[in-house]
Amino acid sequence: MMTVRLMSSLSIHAGGLDLKNPVLLAAGILGTTGASLRRAALAGAGGVVTKSVGSVPREGHPGPTIVHVKCGLLNAMGLPNPSYRDFQQEIKTAQSAGVPVIASIFGSSAAEFAQIARVLKADAFELNLSCPHAEKYGSELGRYPDLVESVTGAVKAAADVPVWVKLTPNTADILELGLAAQRGGADAVVAINTLKAMAIDIETGYPMLGNRYGGLSGQAIKPVAVRCVYELAGRLEIPVIGVGGISSWEDAIEMIMAGAQAVQVGTALQGGYGIFEEITGGISRYLERKSMTLEDLCGLAGRRS
Amino acid sequence: MRPINCIIEEVRSEAPLIRTYRLDRNLNPAPGQYLMLWIRGVDEIPMSFSGPDTITVQSVGVATQAIFRMGAGSEVGLRGPLGNGFALKGNKILLIGGGVGTAPLAFLGEVAKKADIGVTSLLGFRSRDDMIFQDRFESLGETIITTDDGSYGIRGRASAGLKELNLFNYDQIYLCGPEMMMSDIISRTAEHAANTQACINRYFKCAAGICGSCCLDPDGVRVCVEGPVLLADRLLDSEFGRYKRGPSGAKGPCRG
Repeated sequence: MMTVRLMSSLSIHAGGLDLKNPVLLAAGILGTTGASLRRAALAGAGGVVTKSVGSVPREGHPGPTIVHVKCGLLNAMGLPNPSYRDFQQEIKTAQSAGVPVIASIFGSSAAEFAQIARVLKADAFELNLSCPHAEKYGSELGRYPDLVESVTGAVKAAADVPVWVKLTPNTADILELGLAAQRGGADAVVAINTLKAMAIDIETGYPMLGNRYGGLSGQAIKPVAVRCVYELAGRLEIPVIGVGGISSWEDAIEMIMAGAQAVQVGTALQGGYGIFEEITGGISRYLERKSMTLEDLCGLAGRRS
Repeated sequence: MRPINCIIEEVRSEAPLIRTYRLDRNLNPAPGQYLMLWIRGVDEIPMSFSGPDTITVQSVGVATQAIFRMGAGSEVGLRGPLGNGFALKGNKILLIGGGVGTAPLAFLGEVAKKADIGVTSLLGFRSRDDMIFQDRFESLGETIITTDDGSYGIRGRASAGLKELNLFNYDQIYLCGPEMMMSDIISRTAEHAANTQACINRYFKCAAGICGSCCLDPDGVRVCVEGPVLLADRLLDSEFGRYKRGPSGAKGPCRG
């Protein structure tokens, strides 16, 4: 009985998708294969986002592709992917777990994004307009509001499923990017991708990442993500999905209070797949203790100020 | 963890394309565990330990060729030991290795012998010139060697040596070598799969269990953190021996 009640109390409709709970697997984490996405879904994720796929196969940057730092994790994977033509089966396998599978896609132009969205079948698309470490892709387009709008518009015209736009925090004004996505017809924005960062080996002076630059995720970026979600949720009419440094149910609650209708978890998967049940269980117990619903919680911070 | 700086203390040639590098410190690895070796300015690649302070490298690509250009005194970065190594079980064990895959098994056998565990080894190589660690294995106990070309020992693959052994005599079987060789052995000895530990190889990028590049079908086992040593039981109905994913995530054939 308890289980049924908990499940129902966490189910939401966000960004055009019905989710059994608001805790999703973030893009780029365990998303290369259908089997690992399926495993995340079976472990309790309310939805899963794939590794970003583009129009041609890419092997990614040379290693090191990650560096652990005290406050988080740096990565520069370099968008490795087998191309959308070789990825449909992975999505099908992931879908067999019964939760929405959101395909993260990237391209260097609106036309390239649209071409992928026309062919690839998924429950929704998340546009990677925010990867900070791949030349000609990600934030190199995503930091320009007009490009965010035109790419979003092109994918909306090409796709018959919801379109989410993942925003970069590496900008003076993320709100401008969110408004551009909304003008383009996005069904939701996802905030935030990693912060552009680097680390240097003091024994030799070599930048540690093979690509020199990478993206910082994990604990360090959570306050930045909370601020971005708060700003976006305060102004946008479309939903905001919060991501960045969530590693506990308390973090998830904070992000939802900032205005996120759902959250994504990435770097915290280092601790294993148990993180999904840990977070959803924690949210359920919190709601019960406070006699609140997810709707009561969502954006509470904005109503307090 | 951030990579630590290590100095190569000694380089030893084992075979024309295989060298052993001794590092300036013992990282207390369990046999079967690995480290991520950062060749600065080139790449970072996984390497099994062939001893508490050694790795044994076969020159196969850009990164390993860069290692071959390094001598004593060269510096490398490393993270490790990583992953799950072999678990020692029972009083009598069998090691089955192929090529450079014999390296972690030599390390394991030495740890086992110190614990008074009886060690038998079955080793396969392409030819006499490619043989490595013969002395190390022979000092542990009975050692059967096969070569593909018959230039030493039994002619044929490692599986050709299986008929010399009664596998029921061993409490545990440990396996490491080229994928097709391991997959061949596992399918021929399927009734022992619950007692067979295999050290396997997949394309590692993060080595932290998050990027997903090494996940095995159909269950999504993250080889970099749940392996690289896995029970053969978990491999029997998996992609192992059928295909493996490359750096882009695309499926390709298993070789070797």
